[in-house]
Amino acid sequence: MPNMSLEKVPMPQSEASVRNTNFKEVALGYTDEMAKEEAARCLKCKNKPCVAGCPVCVDIPEFISLIEQGEIEKAFYKVKETNSLPAICGRVCPQETQCEQLCLRGIKGEPVAIGRLERYVADWAMKNIEENHDINNSKAKVAIIGSGPASLACSGELAKMGYDVTIFEAFHVAGGVLVYGIPEFRLPKEIVQKEINEIKKLGVKIEMNMVVGKVVSIDELFNEGYKAVFVGTGAGLPSFMNIPGENLNGTFSANEFLTRINLMKAYDPDHNDTPVFIGRRVAIVGGGNVAMDAARCAKRMGAEEVYIIYRRSETEMPARIEEVEHAKEEGIIFHTLTNPISIEDDGNGWVGGIKCVKMELGEPDDSGRRRPVVIKGSEYVIPMDSVVIAIGQSPNPLIKNSTPDLETNKWGCIVADENTGITSKEGVFAGGDIVTGAATVILAMGAGRNAAKSIDEYIRGLTH
Amino acid sequence: MYTIIKKKRLINNIVSMDICAPRIAAKARPGQFVIVIVKEGGERIPFTVAECDQNEGTVKIIFQEIGASTKLLGCLNEGDLVYALAGPLGKPSHLDGYKKVCVIGGGLGTAIAYPQAKYLHDNGTEVHAIIGYRNSDLIILEDEIRLVSSEVFVATEDGSRGTKGFVTDVLKDLIEAGNVYDMVIAIGPLAMMRAVCNMTKEHGIKTIVSMNPIMVDGTGMCGGCRITVGGETKFACVDGPEFDGHLVDFDEAIKRQMIYKGYEAKHNDKVEHICKLGKEENDA
Repeated sequence: MPNMSLEKVPMPQSEASVRNTNFKEVALGYTDEMAKEEAARCLKCKNKPCVAGCPVCVDIPEFISLIEQGEIEKAFYKVKETNSLPAICGRVCPQETQCEQLCLRGIKGEPVAIGRLERYVADWAMKNIEENHDINNSKAKVAIIGSGPASLACSGELAKMGYDVTIFEAFHVAGGVLVYGIPEFRLPKEIVQKEINEIKKLGVKIEMNMVVGKVVSIDELFNEGYKAVFVGTGAGLPSFMNIPGENLNGTFSANEFLTRINLMKAYDPDHNDTPVFIGRRVAIVGGGNVAMDAARCAKRMGAEEVYIIYRRSETEMPARIEEVEHAKEEGIIFHTLTNPISIEDDGNGWVGGIKCVKMELGEPDDSGRRRPVVIKGSEYVIPMDSVVIAIGQSPNPLIKNSTPDLETNKWGCIVADENTGITSKEGVFAGGDIVTGAATVILAMGAGRNAAKSIDEYIRGLTH
Repeated sequence: MYTIIKKKRLINNIVSMDICAPRIAAKARPGQFVIVIVKEGGERIPFTVAECDQNEGTVKIIFQEIGASTKLLGCLNEGDLVYALAGPLGKPSHLDGYKKVCVIGGGLGTAIAYPQAKYLHDNGTEVHAIIGYRNSDLIILEDEIRLVSSEVFVATEDGSRGTKGFVTDVLKDLIEAGNVYDMVIAIGPLAMMRAVCNMTKEHGIKTIVSMNPIMVDGTGMCGGCRITVGGETKFACVDGPEFDGHLVDFDEAIKRQMIYKGYEAKHNDKVEHICKLGKEENDA
């Protein structure tokens, strides 16, 4: 008999007032008992609606039923069949809009906690088993540009098919947004490196400090014998608001703020040299997951007051509800329906305040969300020491600029077929945020997987 | 990891290092820069490429031991490894098609001005060089600059060599003496570049400056290196590092350079300790 509880087994979490002072992981993970109990909530539907919501088609009812039977290792390998980064996805996928959204249990009550169970099997495997990999990289050479989720998924699949895969990463650490963007307390970097290590064990090589487009071009990679190139360079170009005062000291892009803290580990100054300026009062402009990450980082770095400033209402916020709730629990102050119009100078070239106007919601706009409209005469200044702009990222133009025959759209995204990753340039495939603009880890992974299939078809076509 | 092939102390606190990085050496052009991380956990430090040896596969950087990270780098010796080296970043200089160019280097800026002067000279442009220092003990690369310039003028603030005063004093004399330059390249401290630009603007001489603001990734990702050029925000790492000096907002750039001054002081103490330990080990 399934467990008919209407609610998910709660995720153990560290106390908000304690966790907002450190960078340790917030969600602590299910115990064996909790996982079994939650697994028993799954109805094992024959038509598996949840699987349709998963960009990498994990056989969800199957792995959950293996958990229920106590076959955790088998459950892990079931997930791994289609998802090469389960410990990461279990933590950062927006399951509520994907697999869990289609779960029948969600019609009355909460859906099965698929994400938490995925994380459970992945964490269990890291602790308990050494994965076996058959390495056979005798097929053609494939170059992968970037080492974020799209690239890692693509590399893993190609290596499993027997290709000789090399990843070129611009930074000194692999992982892309998983290491520079998503903070330690949501996604521990040790977990990221362990999952990347499993991909390396498949025979994938990673060359660090390789800024493709600068040190080597895509055409030169072909000349070096690579038969196909996958571009998974993400959306790394920060957007600014173009309002007065944006270049004052103490104003940062979310990319800079998070990169200093996450990639360069400014939160651990005993072992790392990169500083980050925080200030006593910090404003984060934006309402997405990146904004929530920046706000929660600022709090942990010792800011006394951290504000989220967002021009629409909380309902329209693109951040996951879970992230918004976590931020609130940790003492982040929300100023919604508020839009900054300038950043004020303290008289010495530093941020002194942020001038905002109040907004109200008007008619729906192109995105279907109600358009925020300025309330006349509502200007006011909030005293502030620093401002972090987290209003979005677009693709980095390095590849575009160095590969003129690669078609891009007006937003700078590479034009690629959604299902195959095929671009306008022969032998070049692309997927993830570089194609879609800033989206999610799992969508990028799905694109990477699909591209791996079409790269295989393409290369087989070459040799026949 | 990247091996230090050659190390030379030019003067007391200015060091030249050739680091093995064949791919970068083959690609780097004058005006471009690299990012170095000295050790794991270290900062990403941008250095303009001073020279490359494609045969040896080495990239030369010349730096002043001024902050914690550069001091740490200065502690390393030939055969030692640096943790990361990425590049070449930024846009190369546009140096073709000029008849007569005045290349101005201030202090350490001479090291960055040298490859420009060399390229111009090698491609048939007449080069006048003005190199300025606080005093004669701080002069670097004079011999190298002489090899690639038809005239070299030295200025020192205390008058211990050459003209007493600033590079702008020399430039003023040269312009007034009737020298016609179709471009001035000024590389050095922000205040020096600003002074040169103020002067050349009056005379309508195109002036290129090389900006070296605080940055993290060097690939256009963080936006920390933004400067205002002609009223628009530019990223020095991808749009530069060279810009039309007459359009650069130097006052803003000077302020932005100060963001982490407080942190640097703290780190300095830590590094001096590490370097001292290293030296004692070497002595033992």
